[in-house]
Amino acid sequence: MTLIFRIAAILAALPFLAAPALAAKDTLTMGMTLEPPHLDPTATAAAATDEVVYANVFEGLTRIDAAGAVQPALAASWDVTEDGTVYTFHLREGVSFHDGTQFDAEDVVFSFERAMAEGSVNAQKQIFEPIEAVEALDPRTVKVTLRRPTGSFLFDLGWGDAVIVAPESADANRSAPVGTGPFRFERRVAGDRVELTRFEDYWGEAPALARATFKFIPDSAAAAAALLAGDIDAFANLPAPELVPQFEADPRFTVEIGVTEGETILAMNNAREPFSNLKVRQAISHALNRDAIIQADFDYGTPIGSHFSPVHPAYVDLTGTYPHDVEKAKALLREAGYAEGFEATLKLPPPNYARRAGEIIQQQLAQVGITVEIVPVEWAQWLEQVFKGADYDMTVIAHTEPMDIGIYARDDYYFGYDSAEFDGVMEELSAEADEGRRHELMAEAQRILAEDAVNGFLYQLPKIGVWNAAVEGLWRNTPIQANDLTEVRWRE
Amino acid sequence: MSVLIAKRLVAFVLTLLATSLVVFTVMRVLPGDPAAIILGTGAREDTLLALRQQMGLDRSFVAQYLAWTGGVLIGDFGTSYTYAVPVSQLVAERLSVSLPLAVFAILLSTAIAIPCGVVAASRRGRAGDLGISAAAQLGVAVPNFWLAMLLVLVFAVGMGIFPAGGFPGWEAGLRPSLKALVLPSVALALPQAAILTRVTRSAVLETLGEDHVRTARAKGLTRRAALWRHAVPNALIPVVTILGLQFSFLLAGTIVIENVFYLPGIGRLLFQAIAQRDLIVVQSLVVLIAAAVVVVNFLVDLAYLAIDPRLRTGSGDVD
Repeated sequence: MTLIFRIAAILAALPFLAAPALAAKDTLTMGMTLEPPHLDPTATAAAATDEVVYANVFEGLTRIDAAGAVQPALAASWDVTEDGTVYTFHLREGVSFHDGTQFDAEDVVFSFERAMAEGSVNAQKQIFEPIEAVEALDPRTVKVTLRRPTGSFLFDLGWGDAVIVAPESADANRSAPVGTGPFRFERRVAGDRVELTRFEDYWGEAPALARATFKFIPDSAAAAAALLAGDIDAFANLPAPELVPQFEADPRFTVEIGVTEGETILAMNNAREPFSNLKVRQAISHALNRDAIIQADFDYGTPIGSHFSPVHPAYVDLTGTYPHDVEKAKALLREAGYAEGFEATLKLPPPNYARRAGEIIQQQLAQVGITVEIVPVEWAQWLEQVFKGADYDMTVIAHTEPMDIGIYARDDYYFGYDSAEFDGVMEELSAEADEGRRHELMAEAQRILAEDAVNGFLYQLPKIGVWNAAVEGLWRNTPIQANDLTEVRWRE
Repeated sequence: MSVLIAKRLVAFVLTLLATSLVVFTVMRVLPGDPAAIILGTGAREDTLLALRQQMGLDRSFVAQYLAWTGGVLIGDFGTSYTYAVPVSQLVAERLSVSLPLAVFAILLSTAIAIPCGVVAASRRGRAGDLGISAAAQLGVAVPNFWLAMLLVLVFAVGMGIFPAGGFPGWEAGLRPSLKALVLPSVALALPQAAILTRVTRSAVLETLGEDHVRTARAKGLTRRAALWRHAVPNALIPVVTILGLQFSFLLAGTIVIENVFYLPGIGRLLFQAIAQRDLIVVQSLVVLIAAAVVVVNFLVDLAYLAIDPRLRTGSGDVD
């Protein structure tokens, strides 16, 4: 009996033992926390969809690289008129979709018009909002006319929501995505994984991986076990910072702590008393101790002083605008007429970072006399009450869209912030094409938000990548929501 | 018999109707807009409207309820908001994991619990009983997710015999699929077995003290024969009752285990669907689970009839 058991155990263990011995492995299994609801990035805001298909299955006219810069993709090059309103894209030759149909200018026109159409369910429809007309001049040339110059247009076209789809396959993309990328969709086992295989007719350089599998593991302890057991080779963003030391100490794994595009903020309802008072917001900013909040999230976050990614070239370090100073905070509250402090609620959505930060913030605000009642809410409730209804005092949330400082200029946004000065800067920015001037304007915008203490600016959410030490080419940061596998290979 | 079935059918229909109404109302009262969840924080108002229209959420509650129940009656459960596939397909895929898992767990727990319970009862107060009772006590106290993590650490991370989780899918072959279900079944079965052992033990103890067993002994049957032929069959009624409850629980209540082993089963689907406000999936799942519970209860009733001839009308007294 014991002998049989042992033989069975050895036989069962064979695949695991044999795997590392094979040279030049060309398959990769990557773990992700959330499962994509479906696989059409043009019809959902779910980051998980982009994290599977962006750059792997689907490509846009442009793409965002690992450094967050705009690169040519399906458009090999482009010309922009002097006034910045007409873009002429020169498309790549010899590109075909995974189902064999040829890619040409009509596909671009179709994709854009589909996203702009009245019944469109594109989650980032505003990308296409400046477009007045899209025309195919010839099969290799597309002319896009804008209503007004839009400085971020090429960057925006690199989003997953702006990828090019074919009229023949667009409606089926949710379950069987057909794109032009280096990997084609093989199959999906709902609730478990998505499998991709190398697309042999890819127009660009063929990826090193022949097969890639995305496996969905919601529980962080289970994710760690799967990595340790060798069931998965990589986890793009492990939601369990507490497990990092274990992997750092293990030579089989590489741990890369990068940053996401997620600005974690203590959002305040600027339209509601007492948060409408600048002195109160300044007092709260002084009362917050960023370092303690980051430590509570295991010290992997990067402090921020405004709503801007610290890895962006235009970033300005404004973390010193309102340094942690309890006495100053109390003084400001007195000046604002709240010498005795006040009571407020703090609505916390489910993610761990929000719940952890919320408790620390409650203590920090208590030190200056503000009594905070924590109200945990579900994600759906958060969207409904806080985001849509602006029915809240304070909340902790990470805004994960890349380059989203423009949300502060939106009317009726849940911050309730309204500044003519800021709106003016954003208006100028959206019309400006010169990179140097754009950076100046972005810096100006950051400064206005910091000084107005619109929100408590806490830290940039880390990206905790853990993967097999022999794997290279995975992104350290996520300038855009993606797990780009095109450069990934196993070291020999 | 036919009266029983007719009664059951009426109860079945009423239960489903009540369930559908309750779950429909609750899901509509809960704050949260399915379209906003799908389109996120960057969506424009016109996009949200377009999606709500596509999903039929712009109609009145009554119209939505009638459309849904009307569809269910002809076997059309609708299309999942989140996954954009027919609910029936989604549920069938998930059932192909949850049903075998529940069956394995129940078989395993029965195979462990009934012999252990009978042995413990027959050796009441002796070493065997104390050992089994202590183990059962421990089994009741240990939460199944903790047991699951322990099993993963030992058999997946440590020994590498079983995968740490996930499900390859039946089309990938019987062996890898069964292998993926071993640890979850064990993690589910052991705590259930512990409960069942205790129930079996006390039920057998009770019947062992009854007159007919004493009579059986008096007429010359051995202890063993009296135990298996007279005490155990009469002790099965409470055991089957608990089994029925456990099966219903296993089919629906495996959310925790399915999360620990990241299995694509019914429990996890329901959990995700509620968080995502995938109303149509939640409604259909709850009604299906209610139906399953009613059916299992009916089977339990039939099992009573098979076990206990006294409950069959028309047949004479036994013993």
